[in-house]
Amino acid sequence: MMQEILLMEGYGSYVWSAFSFTLISFVILYAIVKFQYVKEKKRFNAKFQKLTYNEKELAKGQPTYREVLSNIASSKI
Amino acid sequence: MFSFIDSSKIFSITSKAPKYVFFIFIIVLFIGLIEALVLSPKDYIQSHSVRIMYVHVPSAWISVGIFSIIGILSFGSIIFKNKNFSIISKSLAPSGLVFNIIALVTGSIWGKPTWGTWWAWDSRITSMAILCLFYLIYVLAWRIIEDKNRANQVTSLIAILGLINIPIIKFSVEWWSTLHQPSSIKLLEDSTIHSSMLIPLILMTAAFALFSLLIFLMKYNTEMIKIKNKGLDRL
Repeated sequence: MMQEILLMEGYGSYVWSAFSFTLISFVILYAIVKFQYVKEKKRFNAKFQKLTYNEKELAKGQPTYREVLSNIASSKI
Repeated sequence: MFSFIDSSKIFSITSKAPKYVFFIFIIVLFIGLIEALVLSPKDYIQSHSVRIMYVHVPSAWISVGIFSIIGILSFGSIIFKNKNFSIISKSLAPSGLVFNIIALVTGSIWGKPTWGTWWAWDSRITSMAILCLFYLIYVLAWRIIEDKNRANQVTSLIAILGLINIPIIKFSVEWWSTLHQPSSIKLLEDSTIHSSMLIPLILMTAAFALFSLLIFLMKYNTEMIKIKNKGLDRL
Protein backbone atom coordinates (compact mmCIF):
# COMPACT_ATOMS: atom_id res chain seq x y z
CA MET A 1 0.00 0.00 0.00
CA MET A 2 2.71 2.49 1.08
CA GLN A 3 4.96 1.53 -1.84
CA GLU A 4 2.01 1.92 -4.22
CA ILE A 5 1.38 5.46 -2.93
CA LEU A 6 5.07 6.36 -3.22
CA LEU A 7 5.76 4.86 -6.66
CA MET A 8 2.36 5.49 -8.31
CA GLU A 9 3.14 3.09 -11.16
CA GLY A 10 6.24 5.07 -12.18
CA TYR A 11 4.61 8.52 -11.92
CA GLY A 12 5.59 9.03 -8.27
CA SER A 13 8.60 11.23 -9.00
CA TYR A 14 6.43 13.63 -11.05
CA VAL A 15 3.53 13.71 -8.58
CA TRP A 16 5.66 14.02 -5.43
CA SER A 17 7.94 16.68 -6.94
CA ALA A 18 4.90 18.77 -7.97
CA PHE A 19 3.33 18.51 -4.49
CA SER A 20 6.69 19.10 -2.77
CA PHE A 21 7.40 22.19 -4.87
CA THR A 22 3.96 23.58 -3.98
CA LEU A 23 4.31 22.96 -0.24
CA ILE A 24 7.90 24.27 -0.11
CA SER A 25 6.75 27.43 -1.95
CA PHE A 26 4.03 27.85 0.69
CA VAL A 27 6.52 27.52 3.54
CA ILE A 28 8.98 29.98 1.94
CA LEU A 29 6.28 32.57 1.19
CA TYR A 30 4.81 32.23 4.68
CA ALA A 31 8.26 32.59 6.28
CA ILE A 32 9.12 35.70 4.23
CA VAL A 33 5.79 37.44 4.93
CA LYS A 34 5.93 36.47 8.62
CA PHE A 35 9.52 37.79 8.88
CA GLN A 36 8.52 41.14 7.31
CA TYR A 37 5.51 41.33 9.66
CA VAL A 38 7.54 40.65 12.81
CA LYS A 39 10.29 43.07 11.69
CA GLU A 40 7.77 45.87 11.10
CA LYS A 41 6.07 45.21 14.46
CA LYS A 42 9.43 45.38 16.27
CA ARG A 43 10.29 48.62 14.45
CA PHE A 44 6.93 50.10 15.46
CA ASN A 45 7.37 49.01 19.06
CA ALA A 46 10.88 50.48 19.27
CA LYS A 47 9.69 53.80 17.81
CA PHE A 48 6.66 53.90 20.08
CA GLN A 49 8.77 53.38 23.20
CA LYS A 50 10.88 56.42 22.28
CA LEU A 51 7.84 58.73 22.16
CA THR A 52 7.16 61.19 24.97
CA TYR A 53 4.17 60.61 27.28
CA ASN A 54 2.06 63.21 25.42
CA GLU A 55 2.92 61.74 22.01
CA LYS A 56 2.00 58.24 23.24
CA GLU A 57 -1.36 59.50 24.51
CA LEU A 58 -1.96 61.29 21.20
CA ALA A 59 -1.19 58.09 19.28
CA LYS A 60 -3.42 55.99 21.55
CA GLY A 61 -6.27 58.41 20.82
CA GLN A 62 -6.28 57.38 17.15
CA PRO A 63 -8.24 54.19 16.32
CA THR A 64 -5.68 52.61 13.96
CA TYR A 65 -2.84 53.13 16.44
CA ARG A 66 -4.97 51.53 19.15
CA GLU A 67 -5.51 48.54 16.85
CA VAL A 68 -1.80 48.30 15.99
CA LEU A 69 -0.84 48.46 19.66
CA SER A 70 -3.38 45.85 20.75
CA ASN A 71 -2.31 43.69 17.80
CA ILE A 72 1.35 43.88 18.78
CA ALA A 73 0.45 42.79 22.28
CA SER A 74 -1.81 39.89 21.33
CA SER A 75 -1.03 38.42 17.86
CA LYS A 76 0.82 35.15 17.72
CA ILE A 77 0.88 34.77 13.93
CA MET B 1 -17.62 57.38 -1.32
CA PHE B 2 -16.30 54.14 0.14
CA SER B 3 -16.28 55.70 3.62
CA PHE B 4 -17.06 52.21 4.95
CA ILE B 5 -13.54 51.23 3.91
CA ASP B 6 -12.11 52.70 7.09
CA SER B 7 -8.54 51.49 7.64
CA SER B 8 -8.94 51.17 11.44
CA LYS B 9 -12.07 49.03 11.01
CA ILE B 10 -10.38 46.84 8.38
CA PHE B 11 -7.27 46.54 10.53
CA SER B 12 -9.30 45.47 13.57
CA ILE B 13 -10.55 42.51 11.48
CA THR B 14 -7.34 41.69 9.58
CA SER B 15 -5.21 41.73 12.75
CA LYS B 16 -7.33 39.08 14.46
CA ALA B 17 -8.23 36.89 11.47
CA PRO B 18 -4.87 35.24 10.53
CA LYS B 19 -4.77 32.72 13.40
CA TYR B 20 -8.29 31.45 12.56
CA VAL B 21 -7.57 31.35 8.82
CA PHE B 22 -4.32 29.47 9.48
CA PHE B 23 -6.14 26.88 11.59
CA ILE B 24 -8.86 26.29 8.95
CA PHE B 25 -6.23 26.23 6.17
CA ILE B 26 -4.26 23.43 7.89
CA ILE B 27 -7.40 21.30 8.33
CA VAL B 28 -8.66 21.80 4.74
CA LEU B 29 -5.16 21.25 3.30
CA PHE B 30 -4.74 18.01 5.27
CA ILE B 31 -8.10 16.61 4.06
CA GLY B 32 -7.38 17.86 0.53
CA LEU B 33 -3.97 16.15 0.43
CA ILE B 34 -5.42 12.83 1.64
CA GLU B 35 -8.13 13.05 -1.03
CA ALA B 36 -5.72 14.13 -3.79
CA LEU B 37 -2.88 11.69 -3.07
CA VAL B 38 -4.65 8.63 -1.66
CA LEU B 39 -8.43 8.50 -2.08
CA SER B 40 -8.99 9.92 -5.58
CA PRO B 41 -8.77 7.42 -8.45
CA LYS B 42 -6.12 7.37 -11.16
CA ASP B 43 -7.10 8.48 -14.66
CA TYR B 44 -7.64 5.77 -17.29
CA ILE B 45 -5.30 7.54 -19.74
CA GLN B 46 -2.95 9.66 -17.61
CA SER B 47 -2.79 7.18 -14.72
CA HIS B 48 -1.47 8.68 -11.43
CA SER B 49 0.07 11.73 -13.13
CA VAL B 50 -3.45 13.21 -13.11
CA ARG B 51 -2.94 13.92 -9.38
CA ILE B 52 -0.73 16.88 -10.37
CA MET B 53 -4.01 18.52 -11.47
CA TYR B 54 -4.90 18.99 -7.78
CA VAL B 55 -2.05 21.49 -7.30
CA HIS B 56 -1.72 22.80 -10.86
CA VAL B 57 -5.34 23.80 -11.58
CA PRO B 58 -6.13 25.55 -8.24
CA SER B 59 -2.85 27.48 -8.45
CA ALA B 60 -3.68 28.67 -11.97
CA TRP B 61 -7.25 29.63 -10.98
CA ILE B 62 -6.10 31.57 -7.92
CA SER B 63 -3.26 33.40 -9.67
CA VAL B 64 -5.63 34.51 -12.46
CA GLY B 65 -8.33 35.41 -9.91
CA ILE B 66 -5.95 37.46 -7.78
CA PHE B 67 -4.64 39.40 -10.79
CA SER B 68 -8.22 40.13 -11.87
CA ILE B 69 -8.96 41.54 -8.39
CA ILE B 70 -5.73 43.59 -8.49
CA GLY B 71 -6.69 44.97 -11.91
CA ILE B 72 -10.22 45.92 -10.81
CA LEU B 73 -8.94 47.50 -7.57
CA SER B 74 -6.35 49.43 -9.58
CA PHE B 75 -9.19 50.93 -11.64
CA GLY B 76 -10.88 51.82 -8.35
CA SER B 77 -7.67 53.29 -6.99
CA ILE B 78 -7.29 55.59 -10.00
CA ILE B 79 -10.96 56.59 -10.26
CA PHE B 80 -11.89 56.96 -6.56
CA LYS B 81 -8.38 57.85 -5.25
CA ASN B 82 -8.87 55.37 -2.40
CA LYS B 83 -5.51 54.45 -0.85
CA ASN B 84 -6.91 51.27 0.67
CA PHE B 85 -7.47 49.82 -2.80
CA SER B 86 -3.76 50.13 -3.55
CA ILE B 87 -2.78 48.65 -0.15
CA ILE B 88 -5.12 45.68 -0.75
CA SER B 89 -3.72 45.21 -4.29
CA LYS B 90 -0.14 45.40 -3.05
CA SER B 91 -0.89 42.84 -0.32
CA LEU B 92 -2.52 40.43 -2.78
CA ALA B 93 0.37 40.42 -5.27
CA PRO B 94 2.92 38.14 -3.47
CA SER B 95 0.55 35.18 -3.15
CA GLY B 96 -0.67 35.72 -6.73
CA LEU B 97 2.91 35.64 -8.00
CA VAL B 98 3.77 32.49 -6.04
CA PHE B 99 0.61 30.70 -7.25
CA ASN B 100 1.49 31.70 -10.81
CA ILE B 101 4.99 30.22 -10.44
CA ILE B 102 3.50 27.05 -8.89
CA ALA B 103 1.07 26.74 -11.83
CA LEU B 104 3.93 27.08 -14.34
CA VAL B 105 6.31 24.67 -12.56
CA THR B 106 3.71 21.98 -11.77
CA GLY B 107 2.35 22.35 -15.31
CA SER B 108 5.86 21.75 -16.63
CA ILE B 109 6.24 18.66 -14.39
CA TRP B 110 2.83 17.38 -15.58
CA GLY B 111 3.77 18.08 -19.22
CA LYS B 112 6.69 15.65 -19.21
CA PRO B 113 4.73 12.39 -18.64
CA THR B 114 1.63 13.65 -20.51
CA TRP B 115 3.02 15.44 -23.58
CA GLY B 116 6.62 14.20 -23.45
CA THR B 117 8.05 17.69 -22.96
CA TRP B 118 8.77 20.00 -20.02
CA TRP B 119 7.80 23.13 -21.96
CA ALA B 120 5.91 24.07 -25.10
CA TRP B 121 5.06 27.51 -26.50
CA ASP B 122 1.40 26.62 -26.22
CA SER B 123 -1.00 29.61 -26.05
CA ARG B 124 -2.21 28.80 -22.51
CA ILE B 125 1.32 28.31 -21.13
CA THR B 126 2.64 31.40 -22.93
CA SER B 127 -0.22 33.61 -21.68
CA MET B 128 0.36 32.29 -18.12
CA ALA B 129 4.09 33.08 -18.47
CA ILE B 130 3.14 36.61 -19.59
CA LEU B 131 0.93 36.92 -16.50
CA CYS B 132 3.94 35.90 -14.41
CA LEU B 133 5.94 38.72 -16.03
CA PHE B 134 3.17 41.21 -15.19
CA TYR B 135 3.20 39.99 -11.57
CA LEU B 136 7.00 40.34 -11.41
CA ILE B 137 6.95 43.87 -12.86
CA TYR B 138 4.09 44.79 -10.49
CA VAL B 139 5.91 43.55 -7.37
CA LEU B 140 9.25 45.05 -8.47
CA ALA B 141 7.64 48.42 -9.24
CA TRP B 142 6.38 48.67 -5.64
CA ARG B 143 9.90 47.85 -4.42
CA ILE B 144 11.89 50.07 -6.80
CA ILE B 145 9.82 53.28 -6.94
CA GLU B 146 10.46 55.33 -3.79
CA ASP B 147 7.60 57.84 -4.16
CA LYS B 148 4.50 55.91 -3.05
CA ASN B 149 2.03 58.01 -5.08
CA ARG B 150 4.11 57.45 -8.21
CA ALA B 151 4.43 53.74 -7.36
CA ASN B 152 0.65 53.53 -6.99
CA GLN B 153 0.12 55.14 -10.41
CA VAL B 154 2.70 52.93 -12.16
CA THR B 155 1.52 49.67 -10.55
CA SER B 156 -2.14 50.52 -11.28
CA LEU B 157 -1.22 51.03 -14.93
CA ILE B 158 0.67 47.71 -15.00
CA ALA B 159 -2.31 45.90 -13.44
CA ILE B 160 -4.81 47.48 -15.86
CA LEU B 161 -2.59 46.57 -18.83
CA GLY B 162 -2.24 43.04 -17.44
CA LEU B 163 -6.03 42.71 -17.29
CA ILE B 164 -6.02 42.43 -21.11
CA ASN B 165 -4.17 39.13 -20.69
CA ILE B 166 -6.87 37.57 -18.44
CA PRO B 167 -9.48 36.82 -21.17
CA ILE B 168 -6.61 35.63 -23.40
CA ILE B 169 -5.65 33.06 -20.71
CA LYS B 170 -9.29 32.01 -20.26
CA PHE B 171 -10.17 31.62 -23.95
CA SER B 172 -6.74 30.61 -25.30
CA VAL B 173 -7.82 26.95 -25.44
CA GLU B 174 -10.82 27.89 -27.59
CA TRP B 175 -9.20 30.55 -29.81
CA TRP B 176 -6.09 28.59 -30.74
CA SER B 177 -5.15 24.96 -31.23
CA THR B 178 -3.30 24.10 -28.01
CA LEU B 179 -1.99 21.15 -26.05
CA HIS B 180 -4.34 22.06 -23.20
CA GLN B 181 -7.77 20.48 -23.14
CA PRO B 182 -10.86 22.77 -22.97
CA SER B 183 -12.21 23.52 -19.50
CA SER B 184 -13.80 20.51 -17.73
CA ILE B 185 -15.45 22.65 -15.06
CA LYS B 186 -17.99 25.27 -16.08
CA LEU B 187 -19.96 27.53 -13.78
CA LEU B 188 -23.12 27.63 -15.87
CA GLU B 189 -23.05 24.14 -17.37
CA ASP B 190 -22.57 20.60 -16.09
CA SER B 191 -18.95 19.70 -15.37
CA THR B 192 -17.41 16.86 -17.33
CA ILE B 193 -15.25 15.78 -14.40
CA HIS B 194 -16.32 12.90 -12.13
CA SER B 195 -17.20 13.74 -8.51
CA SER B 196 -14.36 11.48 -7.24
CA MET B 197 -11.95 13.96 -8.87
CA LEU B 198 -14.06 17.08 -8.42
CA ILE B 199 -14.17 16.79 -4.60
CA PRO B 200 -10.36 16.78 -4.09
CA LEU B 201 -10.06 19.56 -6.67
CA ILE B 202 -12.57 21.70 -4.75
CA LEU B 203 -10.86 20.90 -1.42
CA MET B 204 -7.41 21.81 -2.74
CA THR B 205 -8.81 25.00 -4.30
CA ALA B 206 -10.36 25.92 -0.94
CA ALA B 207 -7.05 25.22 0.85
CA PHE B 208 -5.09 27.33 -1.64
CA ALA B 209 -7.65 30.14 -1.42
CA LEU B 210 -7.34 30.08 2.38
CA PHE B 211 -3.55 30.22 2.09
CA SER B 212 -3.70 33.23 -0.21
CA LEU B 213 -6.14 34.86 2.23
CA LEU B 214 -3.71 34.18 5.10
CA ILE B 215 -0.78 35.70 3.20
CA PHE B 216 -2.94 38.66 2.17
CA LEU B 217 -3.98 39.34 5.78
CA MET B 218 -0.41 39.15 7.08
CA LYS B 219 0.87 41.35 4.25
CA TYR B 220 -1.97 43.86 4.73
CA ASN B 221 -1.19 44.08 8.46
CA THR B 222 2.49 44.62 7.64
CA GLU B 223 1.60 47.44 5.24
CA MET B 224 -0.69 49.06 7.81
CA ILE B 225 1.98 48.94 10.54
CA LYS B 226 4.51 50.32 8.03
CA ILE B 227 2.20 53.31 7.34
CA LYS B 228 1.62 53.87 11.05
CA ASN B 229 5.37 53.65 11.62
CA LYS B 230 5.87 56.59 9.29
CA GLY B 231 2.99 58.36 11.05
CA LEU B 232 4.82 58.12 14.39
CA ASP B 233 7.56 60.38 12.99
CA ARG B 234 5.01 63.11 12.35
CA LEU B 235 3.52 63.10 15.88
